[in-house]
Amino acid sequence: MAHTRDFEALVLPHLDAAYNLARWLVRDEHVADDMVQDACLRAYRYFDALRGDAAKPWLLGIVRNNCYAWLEEQRMSARWVAHGEDDELLAAVPVPPDSRGATPETELWHAYRRQAVDAAIRALEPPYREVIVLRELEDLSYAEIAQVAAIPIGTVMSRLSRARAALRTALADLLGTE
Amino acid sequence: MNEEDADRAVGRLLREHATRHRAGDALQSAVRTEIALEAAGQRRQAAPPVARRWHWPAWGLTAAGFACGVLATAITLHLLPPTDGSRALEQELASSHVRALMVAHLTDVASSDQHTVKPWFQGKLDYSPPVKDLAGDGYPLIGGRLDYVAGHPVAALVYRRHGHLINLFIWPADGQAAPTLHSHQGYQLAHWRNAGMQFWAVSDLNGEELQTLARLIP
Repeated sequence: MAHTRDFEALVLPHLDAAYNLARWLVRDEHVADDMVQDACLRAYRYFDALRGDAAKPWLLGIVRNNCYAWLEEQRMSARWVAHGEDDELLAAVPVPPDSRGATPETELWHAYRRQAVDAAIRALEPPYREVIVLRELEDLSYAEIAQVAAIPIGTVMSRLSRARAALRTALADLLGTE
Repeated sequence: MNEEDADRAVGRLLREHATRHRAGDALQSAVRTEIALEAAGQRRQAAPPVARRWHWPAWGLTAAGFACGVLATAITLHLLPPTDGSRALEQELASSHVRALMVAHLTDVASSDQHTVKPWFQGKLDYSPPVKDLAGDGYPLIGGRLDYVAGHPVAALVYRRHGHLINLFIWPADGQAAPTLHSHQGYQLAHWRNAGMQFWAVSDLNGEELQTLARLIP
């Protein structure tokens, strides 16, 4: 019981972060639910393996592995099935609001920026997308990202740098208006 | 703008505008359910029924502590004995349901076999609660445990419905009453009386599925 209480206190507060990472990686809400649920169960089973490490990167690492396994499965089955990428891509090219009606203060403009930023992150390949999500949305340190993605810190930094360069290009219009 | 400033600007744009997806209530509940079931299952493997006896005093201490807490709550809320269907009772049952999931103290006897669960209550309660596995109707029995409601030991049966758990609290009461639905802090409660017992079913399921359960129980 103490075991379960510790798990409640240490791991479950990071459920939102876990879901955010999963959702950004698999880009489907139901698959993301499954990824997180399975990751939590695994985390609970191997909770003893968490010795003095921080729980957040540990849980996110398990979530990430699940997501990559799923992405790999999709990639394999995509060879056989002419598969339609998820329908989010249809929304990936947001239309800028009508410049006459929409000033930077309007809701429409705000929604447009969110769509454009989301689309730009989605367009990144998973290894770049994950470092951006972990760094900019989840505030993880380079060392923590290295732990989640199981890569050296130097690789974290170079991937972040390349991801940011791609985002700078994709979001050049918006950066000009900030 | 140099590259560092440009990166900072990108970071700011992302932090301000990118969608942060958040785990919904259904996922939170599903995760807690999975963990609670896993913990219940582990105990079943770790402690066979005969060897459980040594475990009992330790659990009794926990229960005593818990009962003290309940008693304190009961005093604070001027709670009547559990024949009164007050809001305070609903609150307590909802809390008990949540606690069973939170600390994964879901079942003392983890079994889907009603012939294992029913005898388990003998000697622990001065009444014999009806125990029925409803797997055939889509409500499999997970197990049972002794719980304390308003300072009284009561039987709690645990059923599963899809990804959700249901705690069914049972203790003696006179009279007959058809199921009534209540809700408390997002949890649904169904209450009915029959055959000398009163029943409180608590879950995050919708009321309809709780009423279906009520119809299946004697």
